[in-house]
Amino acid sequence: MGVESKSMKVIIFQLDREEYAIPVHQVGSIERIMHITRVPRTSSFVEGVINLRGIVTPIIDLRSRFGIETAPYSESTRIIIANIEEMDVGLIVDAANDVLDFEVEAIEPPPEVIDTMEAEYVKGVVKVEKRLFILLNLSKVLSTSEIKELEEIEG
Amino acid sequence: METNQYLDLFIDESSEHLQSINDRLLELEKSPEDTSIVGEIFRSAHTLKGMAATMGYEDLADLTHKMENVLDGVRNDKIQIDAEMLDIVFESVDHLEAMVLEISQGGTGERDIRRVVELLQAIELGDALDQRKKEQSLPADTTPFQENSVDEFTRTVLKQSKEQGLSNYHIIVSLREDCMLKAARVYMVFDVLEQMGEVILSTPPVEDLENEDFETDFQVLFVTEESREDIDAKIMKVSEVHSVHITEYKISETENKAQVPSAQIEKDDSSNENNGASSNSKQALNKTIRVNIDRLDVLMNLFEELVIDRGRLEQISNELQHSELQETVERMSRVSGDLQNIILNMRMVPIEQVFNRFPRMVRQLSRDLNKDIDLRIIGEETELDRTVIDEIGDPLVHLLRNAIDHGIESPNERKKNGKSGTGSIELKAYHSGNYVFIDITDDGGGINREKVLKKALDNQVVTSEQAEKLSEQEVYELIMASGFSTADTISDVSGRGVGLDVVKNTIESLGGTITINSQLGEGSNFSIQLPLTLSIISVMLVEVQKEKYAIPLSSIIETAIVKKEEILRAHNKEVIDFRGSVVPLVFLKDVLEVPIELEEDEYYSLVIVRKGNKMAGLVVDSFIGQQEVVLKSLGDYLSGVFAISGATILGDGQVALILDANALIK
Repeated sequence: MGVESKSMKVIIFQLDREEYAIPVHQVGSIERIMHITRVPRTSSFVEGVINLRGIVTPIIDLRSRFGIETAPYSESTRIIIANIEEMDVGLIVDAANDVLDFEVEAIEPPPEVIDTMEAEYVKGVVKVEKRLFILLNLSKVLSTSEIKELEEIEG
Repeated sequence: METNQYLDLFIDESSEHLQSINDRLLELEKSPEDTSIVGEIFRSAHTLKGMAATMGYEDLADLTHKMENVLDGVRNDKIQIDAEMLDIVFESVDHLEAMVLEISQGGTGERDIRRVVELLQAIELGDALDQRKKEQSLPADTTPFQENSVDEFTRTVLKQSKEQGLSNYHIIVSLREDCMLKAARVYMVFDVLEQMGEVILSTPPVEDLENEDFETDFQVLFVTEESREDIDAKIMKVSEVHSVHITEYKISETENKAQVPSAQIEKDDSSNENNGASSNSKQALNKTIRVNIDRLDVLMNLFEELVIDRGRLEQISNELQHSELQETVERMSRVSGDLQNIILNMRMVPIEQVFNRFPRMVRQLSRDLNKDIDLRIIGEETELDRTVIDEIGDPLVHLLRNAIDHGIESPNERKKNGKSGTGSIELKAYHSGNYVFIDITDDGGGINREKVLKKALDNQVVTSEQAEKLSEQEVYELIMASGFSTADTISDVSGRGVGLDVVKNTIESLGGTITINSQLGEGSNFSIQLPLTLSIISVMLVEVQKEKYAIPLSSIIETAIVKKEEILRAHNKEVIDFRGSVVPLVFLKDVLEVPIELEEDEYYSLVIVRKGNKMAGLVVDSFIGQQEVVLKSLGDYLSGVFAISGATILGDGQVALILDANALIK
């Protein structure tokens, strides 16, 4: 505990031009893009399911989850298999490029924005040298209640 | 690790013994004069007590002990069997079950059992008075052993030996007060005795004697051919023995009533128990082993991987057209097919496991509701996959409660309608084809069509126009719609809003169906059809545009290819004339929102599926073929997706979704 409270290991991945961080203990593996089977009549950001070594694993496109314009998959596109509330879920990201240690004191609360809905899944931001990382709250990323709200507002 | 192993064994065996106690108690209630049943209960309780004490679960051992005392009283005709007494014993068993459950969940098995213990003691004491009276009437010198310490096995053995012309002696051996190695002397005395006959019982028990946990005297019950003098002389040869006192041991009158049919077996049991060993020797004879269910699950999972790879190998060998490879793959497929049967069989469990808790439940409920109910169970040996067994319990409980509460009328009402006062419920399980059927039939009031319709209209489940058109069958199905309860008063037992719709959903999620039949005034029948196994199923693979879907063979009637001109339109719906009946078409590409990439053909490929007596034609683009696939869940995150019941992994490693045909038929 002593060590953990001072620093935390995170996986850094890229979406569009921003860099995001998730705690390393929540990450099971990082996979190259593979065949994804579409599942009909699910939320738009649910890309489908993959065969992850014999286990059918749901895949979420983080770009569409965060409302970023979708882009075709490239050589660097990765699926991060994250374990969120005892479920394995794959997150499609543009690239997964780093593992870093964050000082816990360096984590700042998310910047106040008018659209608080978006800030729900942002746990905080961390500035290391000249890079800014957004630390995600993964269970909020999955939570469908917030999404339903969003849909209701939009719809 | 080691204690864990024992713990599992303890939990397994305790549950088995408790179940057997439960069963026997119910039998006993039906035929209270049959003392052999009490003997069996007593034996289970005794073993349970021994195990609990060994494992250090004191409350468990204590309660079992108290129960045992009461049973002993029953066995010796000192306690009358009546409903109140059985209620208390049942309650004790409930407590014991709760304790075992807690232990199995990692608890300590401690529980507040004072009330039950007091009740049990009250029964016991009430009869202890009688017992004392009886004892006074017996000659004083016959039984120095306490009545309670001579259990049934001992008595039977003694009786048997008497019949065989052997003598039963009660021997009191006193060692010299300055004896140094008491245990050794005891051992020598026993050695001498065992050369001449058999030691049936010793006070203090052998363990205490070995631990030198006694003063200078010990007593044994001894069966032998030898004369009293010979025994005396031989024991006295052991050094440091102060005196030997031998009297003939007589079996008292009351004990004679406690006869057990197969005395020979009892003899084995008793000697086992005297040695402190449980029934290990008996189990060694049985050619089965206990395998942890988790291991079977692991085996199954590994095998599923193999089935996926088998599919892949088959595909590769077909592509390569290499004859030796094809031959090998074919052989491998055959072997793995056999293996599949064996593994699936291993996971089959008799439905008894679920059924055997029902007699208790029905008894309790019928007492609570003041109804007389006779539950008949047929086919409890029918086997089902473990996963199904785990899930089917609750729906069955619900249906039974329903039958007792809503189905069976009160005794007065029954008599008024010219039926016998005792209602009967039949629970029947049987195999048929690839399915297992479970029928619950009662001879109660049946389902009142008008009442159901009125309720459905009140709850806006149907409109009045619809209601008129509904067939009997469809009306019955209404009672499984959400929030339906036909009992006039909402009781504790059933009808709490969460009704039969939950039952229906559970059964459908298991790939099964439920149908209801009823005759007003004569009773109802609920019939559940379940697949034998859930993990590996046969499917038809189809393509919808570029996507592959699997349709379970169990819901397919046949496939057909029709020309576009053959499609008829009725009410803006496209239908076909299929062997004389009008079958609506379901365009999968629309329902499943499949991206369109291919040109439409002038032929439609149809998969005709059915749900009960309704049919639908699923329009697909091409048929791939039939295949055995491993059913995988989509996981919690994607549960409840419309018309998809699961997923499977195909030979090429891709995931294909399994369609739920039931959801596609309206």
